[in-house]
Amino acid sequence: MSSTPAREAILTRLAAACRTPAPVPAPADIWDAPELDAPKRLELLAKRLQAVRTEVHVTPEKQWKAKLAELLAARKPATLAHGTGAWFAKDLPGICKKPGMPALTPYYEDVDQFKDALFGVEASITTARAGIAETGALLLTPDAGEPRLLSLVPPVHFVVLRARDIAASFAGAIRDLKLAEAMPANLVLISGPSKTADIELTLTFGVHGPKELIALILT
Amino acid sequence: MKSDSFDFTAALQKALADPQIGGNFRGALDGLRGKRLALFNDAEELASLRATGKALKARVLSRLPELLTQLEANCEKNGIRVHWAETTEQANRIVLSILRECGADMVVKGKSMVSEEMGLNRFLEQNGVEPVETDLGEFIIQLAVEPPSHITAPALHKNKLQVAEIFHRCVPGAPYTENVEELNAIARTTLREKFRTAKAGLSGVNFAIAETGTLVLVENEGNGRMCTHVPPVHIALMGLEKVVEKLDDLPPLMRLLTGSATGQLLSTYVNAITSPRAEGELDGPREVHLVILDNGRSTMFADPELSGALRCLRCGACLNNCPVYVRVGGHAYGSVYPGPIGAVITPQLEGIDNKGDLAGASSLCGACEEVCPVKIPLAGHLRRIRAEGQAAPGEGCVRGAGAKRSLVERLAWTAWAYTETHPRLREYLLRAAALMGDKLPEVGPLKTWTAARTAPRVAPKSLRQRVREEGIRHE
Ligand code: SF4
Repeated sequence: MSSTPAREAILTRLAAACRTPAPVPAPADIWDAPELDAPKRLELLAKRLQAVRTEVHVTPEKQWKAKLAELLAARKPATLAHGTGAWFAKDLPGICKKPGMPALTPYYEDVDQFKDALFGVEASITTARAGIAETGALLLTPDAGEPRLLSLVPPVHFVVLRARDIAASFAGAIRDLKLAEAMPANLVLISGPSKTADIELTLTFGVHGPKELIALILT
Repeated sequence: MKSDSFDFTAALQKALADPQIGGNFRGALDGLRGKRLALFNDAEELASLRATGKALKARVLSRLPELLTQLEANCEKNGIRVHWAETTEQANRIVLSILRECGADMVVKGKSMVSEEMGLNRFLEQNGVEPVETDLGEFIIQLAVEPPSHITAPALHKNKLQVAEIFHRCVPGAPYTENVEELNAIARTTLREKFRTAKAGLSGVNFAIAETGTLVLVENEGNGRMCTHVPPVHIALMGLEKVVEKLDDLPPLMRLLTGSATGQLLSTYVNAITSPRAEGELDGPREVHLVILDNGRSTMFADPELSGALRCLRCGACLNNCPVYVRVGGHAYGSVYPGPIGAVITPQLEGIDNKGDLAGASSLCGACEEVCPVKIPLAGHLRRIRAEGQAAPGEGCVRGAGAKRSLVERLAWTAWAYTETHPRLREYLLRAAALMGDKLPEVGPLKTWTAARTAPRVAPKSLRQRVREEGIRHE
């Protein structure tokens, strides 16, 4: 690499100036969010997500397909993109076969082939691997079965989360999922629809990412 | 980016006379301050968070070379190519060569203050590559051909009428509209096309985690995710102080960053990139490059006191709370980083001879230190930079030290010290001054000083004299 002399020079300068290591802060001195029981986690997650304009629907797992059908019927997207690896992928054709439901657009090809289709899709649906109650966020780890751009490009994004996967805090989710040992290629926390306040601090949604974020939490 | 001849006093006067800054700018910053206070409403929790933030970043600094090597090793292991640059010139060349290799003649850019520091856009344009800023605020000022005026809200100085005019003039086919939703839609449509077709994307880095080799990007718009996931090549730029030790350090640092910047519990997106497209994945960049920039930071690091400024998270809270910044805005500073943190690091990066004056733009009220999430003693640093400016030859440590040393000022202080240590002389001079009453000659520094203030009046009798004559009354 052409920048190797730069690397050596920088590291040598830093090493020459290095001082005694600062002590590791004791765990007690590190700020952490409080623990919460399951109902509290669900309640707080829903509340915090709604506070940042996410639409939240809590449904028993048995009725979730009807709930999704109802939401799709209300919104009427022409197309719905999804990953083939989502646990509900096999249920979607059944849900979408009735008239008035969106045409399914499975994302199974390389982005080079799928990009144009994806940029034209009206809605998408993905799973969330975890929820974070304390900050009101959905944690997604896109992979081969659910590609990265599904949760970003379409203007309406449905996210399906199981209530048992809600962690109390971000730190808790890092521990539960053992992320420090195996970070996925990409991990994203999403707390609401895309937004900006760059013009006169006027809050507007959907500037680049989805304009609407709809979370279905299954109990 | 260096500005060659910069007249700070003139820039300040221009800013103070600008009604735009006096109105919109202050209103906007009042809003940001209010939101920060509303989020951090529990004083005890905030104190514990800030203590944590300071401890974590101080620890990073104490192990900096080791953590950078660990970060490099883990990134490379994950498939992220790491490049080092001592100067902005080197960093620009690295970026250009990556772009040339992938055949990109256009690059979509997420927000990156380091790229501003590098003057990257100008460099790319000179070399035939079109940089496209995609953060809405950056997009606006790129069209307007202006530098950012705030580190997190770059187009803060523009109102919607100005944005309407800029879009209508610069975006082909854009209608004139003052509706903010419609203005956003214009940016969205224009930039989507760029995201879809770009061969490379560029971003900054908020935190680089040594333990896992992960780059963390914090944003609300989603343009950062577009730049880092849609094009086949992603280049991330970071100052070497952005490294953190562990993934576990992220939650408190994130809370401090978004809370201090915009009063948000969390930003809309936290995008953690650990590797390029993995085996089997259908999207994500095939190549990820990380450029680690020094540009004077290792020199700052060598100073045991001033190295504290390397804890900075670039949240912008010190700007929003600075009585000087709030009145003059970002452009008056004539530097990439304005406000208190800018006045501390710019003279160090560009030399006191070039930018030492910035450290004078502070009342040392300490409002910046009070809000800084990692407790950087900004006022103390400003005082130190001022002192460095007056350092005797061979004594200062900061680049360009001693550049502000003036014979008149030194003589004045020597005379003052002599007077203060010789009571007789002092009393004599005070009496002489008292005789002149309020007719002190308004010349030299006093003339400048009284331009906006009332001249001090010397009392007819000194306190000492009155005590001698009247005694002390105990009431
Ligand atoms: S110095 Fe402190 S308050 Fe200012 S930008 Fe940096 S972290 Fe934020």
